[in-house]
Amino acid sequence: MTTNATGPHTLGKVRPHPTQNEALLFEKSSPGKRAYMLPPLDVPAVDAAALLGPAHRKTPGQLPELSEIEIIRHFTRLSTWNYAIDLGMYPLGSCTMKYNPRVNELVARIEGLAEAHPYRPDSLAQGILEVIDLLQCCLLEITGMDAITLQPAAGAHGEFTGILLVRAWHESQGNPRRKIIIPDSAHGTNPATAAICGYTVENLKSNAEGGIDLEALAAQVDYETAALMLTNPSTIGVFESQIARIAEILHAKGALLYMDGANMNALVGKARPGDFGVDVMHLNLHKTFSTPHGGGGPGSGPVACKAFLEPFLPIPVLVQNENGTKHWKYDRPQSVGRVRAFYGNVGMFIRALAYILANGPDGLRQTTEDAVLNANYIRKKLDGVYELPYKTASMHEVVFSDKLQAAKGVKTGDIAKRLIDYGFHPYTVSFPMIVHGALMIEPTESESLEELDLFISAMRSIAKEVEETPELVKTAPHSTRVSRLDEVQAARKPILRWRPVE
Amino acid sequence: MAYPANYRYTREHEWIELSGSIGTIGITDYAQNSLGDIVYVDVPKVGDPVTANATFGSVESVKAVSDLFSPVTGTVTAVNEELKSAPDKINEDPHGAWIIKVEVADPSQLDALLDSAAYEAFVSEETGS
Amino acid sequence: MLAEIGAASIDDLFAVIPAGNRLDRDLAVPRAHAESEIIDYFRSAGRKNATGYASFLGAGAYRHYRPVIIDSLVQRGEFLTSYTPYQAEITQGTLQAIFEFQTMIAELTGMDVANASMYDGSTGAAEAVRMAMRVTGREKAVVAATVHPEYREVMATYARHQELPSTLVGYDPKTGRVDLAALEAAITQETAAVLVQSPNFFGVVEDIPAIAAIAHAKGALLVVSIAEAVSLGVVRPPVEADIVSLEAQSFGVALSYGGPFCGVIAAKEQFLRQMPGRLVGQTVDGNGNRGFVLTLSTREQHIRREKATSNICTNQALVALMATIFLSVYGKEGIRELAEHNLAKADYAAKALGAQPGARLLFAGSPRFNEFVLQSEEAPAAWSQRLLDKKIVGGIGLARWYPELDNSTLWCATEMVTREQIDTAAKVLAAAAVEAL
Repeated sequence: MTTNATGPHTLGKVRPHPTQNEALLFEKSSPGKRAYMLPPLDVPAVDAAALLGPAHRKTPGQLPELSEIEIIRHFTRLSTWNYAIDLGMYPLGSCTMKYNPRVNELVARIEGLAEAHPYRPDSLAQGILEVIDLLQCCLLEITGMDAITLQPAAGAHGEFTGILLVRAWHESQGNPRRKIIIPDSAHGTNPATAAICGYTVENLKSNAEGGIDLEALAAQVDYETAALMLTNPSTIGVFESQIARIAEILHAKGALLYMDGANMNALVGKARPGDFGVDVMHLNLHKTFSTPHGGGGPGSGPVACKAFLEPFLPIPVLVQNENGTKHWKYDRPQSVGRVRAFYGNVGMFIRALAYILANGPDGLRQTTEDAVLNANYIRKKLDGVYELPYKTASMHEVVFSDKLQAAKGVKTGDIAKRLIDYGFHPYTVSFPMIVHGALMIEPTESESLEELDLFISAMRSIAKEVEETPELVKTAPHSTRVSRLDEVQAARKPILRWRPVE
Repeated sequence: MAYPANYRYTREHEWIELSGSIGTIGITDYAQNSLGDIVYVDVPKVGDPVTANATFGSVESVKAVSDLFSPVTGTVTAVNEELKSAPDKINEDPHGAWIIKVEVADPSQLDALLDSAAYEAFVSEETGS
Repeated sequence: MLAEIGAASIDDLFAVIPAGNRLDRDLAVPRAHAESEIIDYFRSAGRKNATGYASFLGAGAYRHYRPVIIDSLVQRGEFLTSYTPYQAEITQGTLQAIFEFQTMIAELTGMDVANASMYDGSTGAAEAVRMAMRVTGREKAVVAATVHPEYREVMATYARHQELPSTLVGYDPKTGRVDLAALEAAITQETAAVLVQSPNFFGVVEDIPAIAAIAHAKGALLVVSIAEAVSLGVVRPPVEADIVSLEAQSFGVALSYGGPFCGVIAAKEQFLRQMPGRLVGQTVDGNGNRGFVLTLSTREQHIRREKATSNICTNQALVALMATIFLSVYGKEGIRELAEHNLAKADYAAKALGAQPGARLLFAGSPRFNEFVLQSEEAPAAWSQRLLDKKIVGGIGLARWYPELDNSTLWCATEMVTREQIDTAAKVLAAAAVEAL
């Protein structure tokens, strides 16, 4: 244990280390510096002003001018200010911050795949079309669904696409219907999506166990209900054991069951949404299937559905010819249309397929089992140290509340900031909203027992600090390059770009 | 902080002060305290109608948005321009920093609102104090 | 660990899933592959995809040189495997880089503010139009037929359920530019947004000042979509626009068969609070040090939920970082020089191909960047195979989107195309005419 000026100890996981300061690119810029060289022009040069006339750009954009070493140092220094999975655990609930395999980066950059133009003739694209087809087949098998589109660019985009399918189907049945039911524990993208699709959102209060209240649901579902948007396991990490009954209640009134697949890391290889009544769902390749978060994206949000929704899938769909080759089919009269140009985030498909191939059936099942095991281990070890608001069994994530610490005036956000001093990224703070002062923790299968024990020790140590020296926790973090940033000023007087000093 | 005796209050934590037929409207100390540092106020334009119990704008902190509900029906006659650059005035002086002024169609609508004692009691109930 | 938890076996932890819902067999996915096998599989797919072809394809996805340091830097684990920067104290690297990205995009587009990225240019355009609806309180859109057809399809999908009726305005067949008279007639007091693309789908630069004047006269906002970002090095930015939706793929993002790409929305300052997507702002910490945070979050889904400006959560952060590095490498002078090279290549190609018997350059008098439309006497399908035989992928046939242009193809010549490839393509076209005799 190392003694640290900012507190009794930090478990030896972190020590201070100098990091380089680094200004903005524009502040280091100097006219005449350059980092590029174009090959000599092999065609006659042109007079841009003459060619473009009034469309010619007279003043260049004020981009910085730097040398290559300055650019390398700039971004390298910036990178050292970031926490990342490669440095340590992220206990972020519902984010599934698992290891991003490096082989994925290599295969995504293979020339024939990385340099393929989306409009190249099908005869020259069979390689990538086979990759797309194999991924589709694997994801259908994993979800137990009948049809799939890989077009959506992220989870929220997938939700949008899925609800479009729901709407299209209802329209084909004569009534688009007006409402979508969403549990109050849902991720914010769910109601935002429903609104974009022209539906009114009806909230469904969770029951005392944090799950769906069947009676309330049965009372709320009527012939104007288009669907229920459900996350399963829920955002408190609990499997809706009544899911089959939920599906029945909906189907009895002709409503559909949409599943937000953000928590698939608890189900892959153990249960399939298509087998328990889900009609349409989205997946997050950047969660369950290991594609990297990259500081906020790109993601990919495939949407899988049952056969009756297949005719409505976005165009184009991939079809197989008689001779085994594949092509894109656009002639689909009932399609909801496109949700984006081209075919989807293909670079992420390659990475997700590489992950599936690396695991195989046993690896995928083992991954899920380890994820659930790790979460339950943390739950057992921290139960009583932090309040467990729901006693139902957790799957791959566990939700605590800050109730025991609130008596000392310490909130979940403070505890999260203090966790940074111990060398961890915070867990998910204050979500889901049905838990007051939530701490949502999802370790994923990637974490070893050693890392889990360090995390548990850190959380216990912080709980002790809350009792003995609450101010230390309330003013955390103490060990970072910058201390807590003034978000109020940032919102009151937004400065969203650098400007040259006059 | 005391709640001015000549104001009337809503259960959504707005206050209104009537002078002749003009009602001056803001939010209470309880409201600004719950919201935290206010960063932005979304207001209607002069001339816009407002309806009792309907929203007329919103107040934002860094992490939350709260709708503003009008205590009365009428037409907006003035908007506090100061709040554009200094929304924190509401935190500093919630009962002085007004948000809009309204030409009140029916002044008797204020009779249905809470007086300062009733509002104070309502807030005590809400906070359990 | 199981002992610690008090479970007898791992199955106990899954008992909460009713037996009838559990999968009791192995998933029917391919067996586990060794790392070397994974690489072999994808290499083989890459070979089947056929490399070594020269390409004259553009149409919303552009082949530009990607400086090596882009991948060196974005593959650093601290960028690659970092999460969304909600915890600002430990993500200053990502946040500062995004702030720099926002600045560069604003500079290049002539707007006041830019966001931290949208999914791509097509969804960005749709979101920009929705933004204009929120700002104006109006409900209709007018869309130029010279906007990328797939972008228009996406808009139609988004519009269908928002009751956003939109009118399509055609182009002048001589100039390839939006028909201004038709545009004026189509815009009403109910028009929220006028959406054009520049350079447009045909590669022609639109008359933005004229279009802006027409739109603003009726109180509508002008939304300009830009699909070929490198054009901003030499083409005048659309400063009269109210909102710009940019596809930044040309700035160092691999083609990757269509994604991931990099959309951005930029706008005039007064529309800031209606912008979708994340925004990074500058601020100070407790000790007065400059730092950066995500800001104005109350616009977004995690706070506003159903009243959010968009449902977007995950964006294109790492791809935006590629664009930032690309723009740093080229810099102020380089982006202009790069754009001028594109202009020169395309000009040479347009003249060389347009001069072949049976071929005609369309919209010849209009300013264009690196794309042009060629009309041929012979059907494109015939000579495109001859080009493929020479390992050249020629321009894309326009008939699938513009039936009135059925013997026309859209060609793109970037700095990556060589004179030799252009000359070869010209010879193949000439041969077609000979064979047709």
